Amino acid sequence: MTLVDVDYWQVAIRCLAAGEVTLLGLWGEPGRVHMAVFDHSVVVLSLDCPNGHYPSVGALHAPAIRLERAARDLFGLDPVGLPDTRPWLEHGANPTAYPFLPVEGEGLHQIPVGPVHAGIIEPGHFRFTADGETVVRLEQRLGYVHKGIDHLMHGATLDQATRLAGRVSGDSTAAYAFAFARAVEAALGVEPPPRAAWLRGVMAEMERIANHLGDFGAICNDASFSLMLAHCAMLRERVLRCAVTCFGHRLMMDRIVPGGVAVDLTEDGIAGIRSLIDEIRARFPALVDLYDKTASLQDRTVGTGILSADLARRFGAGGYVGRASGRDFDARRSIGYPPYDRLHFEVPVLTEGDVNARALIRVKEIDQSLSLIEQMLNQLPVGEVRVAVEPHGPAEGLAIAEAFRGDVLVWLRFDPAGGIDRCHLRDASWFQWPLLEAAIEGNIVADFPLCNKSFNCSYSGHDL
Amino acid sequence: MLRTLLQGLRSPVTERVPYDPDIAALAANLDRVAQRKLGRSLSIREVDAGSCNGCELEIHALNNAFYDLERFGLRFVASPRHADVLMVTGPVTRNMREALERTWRATPDPKWVVAVGDCGAGCGVFADSPACVGAVAKVVPVDLVIRGCPPTPTQLLQGLLALLSAR
Repeated sequence: MTLVDVDYWQVAIRCLAAGEVTLLGLWGEPGRVHMAVFDHSVVVLSLDCPNGHYPSVGALHAPAIRLERAARDLFGLDPVGLPDTRPWLEHGANPTAYPFLPVEGEGLHQIPVGPVHAGIIEPGHFRFTADGETVVRLEQRLGYVHKGIDHLMHGATLDQATRLAGRVSGDSTAAYAFAFARAVEAALGVEPPPRAAWLRGVMAEMERIANHLGDFGAICNDASFSLMLAHCAMLRERVLRCAVTCFGHRLMMDRIVPGGVAVDLTEDGIAGIRSLIDEIRARFPALVDLYDKTASLQDRTVGTGILSADLARRFGAGGYVGRASGRDFDARRSIGYPPYDRLHFEVPVLTEGDVNARALIRVKEIDQSLSLIEQMLNQLPVGEVRVAVEPHGPAEGLAIAEAFRGDVLVWLRFDPAGGIDRCHLRDASWFQWPLLEAAIEGNIVADFPLCNKSFNCSYSGHDL
Repeated sequence: MLRTLLQGLRSPVTERVPYDPDIAALAANLDRVAQRKLGRSLSIREVDAGSCNGCELEIHALNNAFYDLERFGLRFVASPRHADVLMVTGPVTRNMREALERTWRATPDPKWVVAVGDCGAGCGVFADSPACVGAVAKVVPVDLVIRGCPPTPTQLLQGLLALLSAR
C-alpha cells in the first residue's frame, strides 16, 4: 500500500482515463479509500479522506462507478464528481423505489426481469428497454445477495475469515481460497511448502474445468440444444466426484488454507485424476465437434452479443470475457504466481468478442487446464503440505488468483492482535457486468439468456 | 452426429435411489396430511435468497443424468405460481427479504418450504451480519431443512424424497 495525497490520486485518475494503466479494484474502509491499478505490476494507492470525501475516479473512468457507489454505501465515503449517485449495494427500506434511468422514445417498451429469475440462478434485476424485439438498453440492478462480507471480515479471526473468503462466490471457492491464502502469506511473510503450491494448482484447474464444462453445456442449452448440457453435466459431475474422492469436498471448499492445503493427495487420488483426464479427453472433443457442425447452434452463437475490444480493454475485463475480445490478460501468466511460474501453458485469445468466442475460449482453456494438471501430477514435489501460520499485526497483503471467470483480487490487513482488521475481495464480475449491458445492445431479447450465460458473471461475488 | 448423440447414453449412469435413515426420520416428522396432499409429484421453485451460489450448483446437479430428478416426479418450474415447493437457499439478505416474501405469497396453497444449506438452515458463516435477516425460517415458515455447505445432490435428493415418501 502506498499512502498518497489528493494530487497523486488525481494523476492516477488521469492515467486510468488515458488507458495507461488498468483499474484492478477500488474499495473503502472508514476514513480511507484504496484503489489497485495494474501497470506491469500491481500497485495499491490509498487516500485518507478525513472529511469523508475524495475525488471520484468514476467521473473520468467509468469502470470505477459501481465500485464507488458500493464503497459509499458501505463506508459513507463520498466520491466528489461521481456521475451516478444512486445507491448500489444498499437497497434501503423500500427496495422497489429505485430510480431507473429514464427512457424516452416512440414505441419503446420496458421488460422488468427479476430479482427472482426463471431458472436455478442467482437473483438480480434486469430492466430491458426494447424497440420491438431489439434491446436498445439494458440496465442492471444488483446487490440483492449483499451479505456484508467487508463488515464481517472486520474483526474476524483468521479461521473465520478463511471460511468466509471461500464463500464469496461458491463456484470459485478454490480460487478465492487460493487468493486469500496468498494474501495472508504475503502479509505475514509465510512461504507454503512446494507440494502445497502444486496441489493448489491442481484444485484451481479442476475447478476451472468443472465450471467451463458446465458453462459450455449451459450456453448451448440456452440456444435450446439441451443435448450438450446433458453430456457436459455428466462430465462436470465426473470432475466433482473426482474432487470429493481426492480432496474430500465436491467443490473443494476449505481445502486451500493459509500456510498450504488442508488435505494431501494420495497415490489413489493421482490415479483418479489421471483417469478423469483420460475420460474428458476421450469424450469432450466429440462434443466440440458437434458444436462446430451444428448450424442451428452456430446460428445463435456466432455474431451474437459482441463486446468490442476497446470496451474490454478499458474495463480491464478478465477471464473469457476479456480474452474473447482480444484482451491478452491472465493472472496466472500476466502477474504470475506458484505453481504457474514453473508450468507451460498457453493463454488462448480471440478477437470476435461474440458468444461463440466466449464459448470457444472455454473449450481451449479446458484443454490447457488438462495439460496443466498433467504437468503438476508428473512433477509433484514430495513433502509437507502445510506450515503453521501465526497471524500478527499490523501487516498488509495483496494477492491475485485467476478464477475460471477472471482474476480475483484479495487485499487484507491484520490488526495488532492478529485478527483481520480489513479485507476486501474483488470478483472479476465487477468489470464484466457493465460490459454485458453494452454487449446486449442491438440484440434481440430472446438472445439475452445466451449472452448472459456466455458472460456468467457472479452475483454473489459482486454483491459481497 | 448420431454417434455423438448416442455416445454415453448406451450404458446408463443414473443411480439407485439413495436411502439415509436420518432423512427417513425427517420424513416421519412431516405432517401426514401434508404428505397426502403432496402426493407423488412435486413442482419445485428454487429461490436464491442470498446464497454464495454453491447450493445452486448442487441443486443444478440434480438434473444431471446421475441423479435424474425427474424420474421421481420432481421437477423445477419457472414460476412460483406453478410450484408446490419453494427450495430456498442462503442467509436471507435484507435486500432479498421482500422478494422472498412475495415469491412465497405468489405460490398457491398448499405449499411447502424447504430451507437448503447451512445458510438457509441457520445463516451459516453470515450470522451476525447486519446485511442479513437470518435463516429462511425467520422470513417464511419452513417445513424441511436440508443442511450442508453445500448439501450434496444425494443429500438434496434424500430430503426431497422425504417429502414424497412415508404416507
